[in-house]
Amino acid sequence: MNSGREVSDGRLTVEGFSVAARAFADKWKIHNQSFPPWSWVPLINRTLHLSNQQEEGYLSLEEILILSSLEESPEDESLNVATDCLEKEESVDHTILNQENEAHYYDFHIVYSSSYKVPVLYFRGYCSGGQPLSLDVIKKDLPSCSVSLLHESKWTFITQEEHPYLNRPWFKLHPCGTEDWIKLLSQSSISTGCQMPVDLYLVSWFSVVGQVVGLRIPLEMLN
Amino acid sequence: MANEAVKYVWEGAIPLQIHLHKSDVASHPAPPPALVLAPRIGYLPLLIPHIKPYFKDSLPPGEDSIWFDYKGVPLKWYIPTGVLFDLLCAEPERPWNLTIHFRGYPSNILIPCEGEDFVKWNFVNSLKEAQYIINGNCKNVMNMSQSDQEDLWTSVMNGDLDAYTKLSPKLKMATIEDDFSRKASLSSPQSRQGATEMDVAGQVKTARVPVRLYVRSINQDFENLEDVPEIDTWDDISYLNRPFEFLREEGKCFTLRNAIESLLPEFIGDKAQTSGEERSKDDDTEEADGLLREMGEIKLARIQGIEMKLEIPFSWVVNNLMNPEFYLHISVLVKAPQR
Repeated sequence: MNSGREVSDGRLTVEGFSVAARAFADKWKIHNQSFPPWSWVPLINRTLHLSNQQEEGYLSLEEILILSSLEESPEDESLNVATDCLEKEESVDHTILNQENEAHYYDFHIVYSSSYKVPVLYFRGYCSGGQPLSLDVIKKDLPSCSVSLLHESKWTFITQEEHPYLNRPWFKLHPCGTEDWIKLLSQSSISTGCQMPVDLYLVSWFSVVGQVVGLRIPLEMLN
Repeated sequence: MANEAVKYVWEGAIPLQIHLHKSDVASHPAPPPALVLAPRIGYLPLLIPHIKPYFKDSLPPGEDSIWFDYKGVPLKWYIPTGVLFDLLCAEPERPWNLTIHFRGYPSNILIPCEGEDFVKWNFVNSLKEAQYIINGNCKNVMNMSQSDQEDLWTSVMNGDLDAYTKLSPKLKMATIEDDFSRKASLSSPQSRQGATEMDVAGQVKTARVPVRLYVRSINQDFENLEDVPEIDTWDDISYLNRPFEFLREEGKCFTLRNAIESLLPEFIGDKAQTSGEERSKDDDTEEADGLLREMGEIKLARIQGIEMKLEIPFSWVVNNLMNPEFYLHISVLVKAPQR
C-alpha cells in the first residue's frame, strides 16, 4: 500500500488524506490558537457495523461564532470571528447582541471525495436557536469576492447538497478544478520541484479554499 | 445504436398512486389520489406538472413548496425514482403509494427543489462527477455547448433514448471494459469500432466506474421480503458514493459480487476472513470462529428493479444498466454480521 509521501498530480489518496488531515490539524493548533482546533471524526458506520480499519474520517471545526452586523466592512475580508470566546455560553453575551447584530454559528467539515480524489469543504450556518441559515443570509457573512463569484456561477461554485455522511443539507465548495490549482501551487514551490509533500497538501489547499469562506491561515503554517 | 437492455431500462416505469397529505386538503370532499406512471430514470419533481392539476382546487391559499413522502419518510428528490422504489420497498408495492405535500417543506432534512432547474443541475453535476471518474477529467461536459447540454437534459426528461443516443457521443466517455466486455464486443458486428476503443481504453491501467451504493442492513435473517422491516429514516440506510476501481489485466473479469464486496471490504468476503485469522494469532480463537461463522451476507442486490444474480459480469451490468448520468445505482440488502 502506497500512502504516497508526495503528490504530483494534485490529487490525494484516501490514506494521503488521513496523513494530510492530521498534519493540518496539528499545525493549526500550534499556529492558529485564536481559533478552536480541528477535530478528526472517524467514519464508524453504525448501520453496517463496519470497523474503521481504513482510518477514514473527516475534519471538523464547529460552532465558530460570527457576529454579523448590518453594516458593511469592506476593508476586513476575514470573518468577523469572536476569536476570544471559545465557550458558546460565554460568547452569547447579551450586551453584544442587540437589534442590529445577530450571532451566526458556522460548522466546517473537510471531507475526502473519492470521486475527485481531493478534499472538499462543506459548511453550514445557523443561529443560536439552531435554525439553519439560508444562502442569502450566509452571503452577508462571506467576503464580497465570493459573493460576486456566486452570482456568476450559481450552480457550479457553492452548491447546497446533502452531506456525504450526515443526511442533512450542507453547503459545499465545488471540487472541480482543485487538482489544477494544487498543481499550480506545487509548481511554485521551487525546493520540492513539482511535488507537494502530503503533509502540506491540506495547508496549501486551505490557504486558497479558506479565503472563500473568509478563514485566513497564518503564513507560518505554510512552512 | 442502443441495445435492447438499454431500451428496457429507459422504458422502465413505476405506477404511482399519489395521495394529497391531509393537512393540505382545503376542500370537501378530499380529492381522490392521482395515478401517474413515473419513469425509473426520472426524478419525482419532474412529475409535478402532471400531478398538480389533480389537486390544485383542493389546496389552501399560499405558495407551494412541494415534497413527497413514503410512509412518513421524506423522499430525496435527487435520487432517481426507480432507485427510491427499489430501495424503500423491499417487497415491491404496485401501485406505489406516495403522499404529496404542498406546504411545510422539511428544509432541515431535504435540500431545496424549487423547479426543474434544480433537478437539471443535480443531473449535470452528477454527470460531471461520473465523467471525472471515468475519464479522469470533466472537460467534455464543461465544453459542451449550452444548447447541447440543454438537449441532453431534455432527452432524459422526456425519456427519449434516440435523442440521447445521438447526443451522448459528444461526452466522449471512455468505455468501461474488462476481459469479458472486450471479448463480447469482438464477437459483435460492431467489433471493428470496439477494437479501436479497446486500443484507447487499453492505455489506462486503472479503470474507475461510478457507483452509488445504497445499503440497507438488517439484523435477522428473513424468509420473505414482506418480513423485512420498513425504513423509518434515512439513517437506516448507508449511502456510499464511491467508484469501483480495478486494474485492467489480461484474463481478469469482475462479477457484480466482486464489485460490491470491494466497496464494502470489512463487511463481507475475503477481508473478513483475513481479520479472523489475525485474531486467532492473538489467541482469541473463539472470536475468530465467531467472525468466520457470522459474516455479513448480501441478501439482495437490485439494479433497475432487477434482482441481480451476483455472478453476472460487472462490465455487462455497468454498460447496460447504468443511468443516463453514467452512474450505476445499486440497492443492496445485507444481513449484518452478528457480533
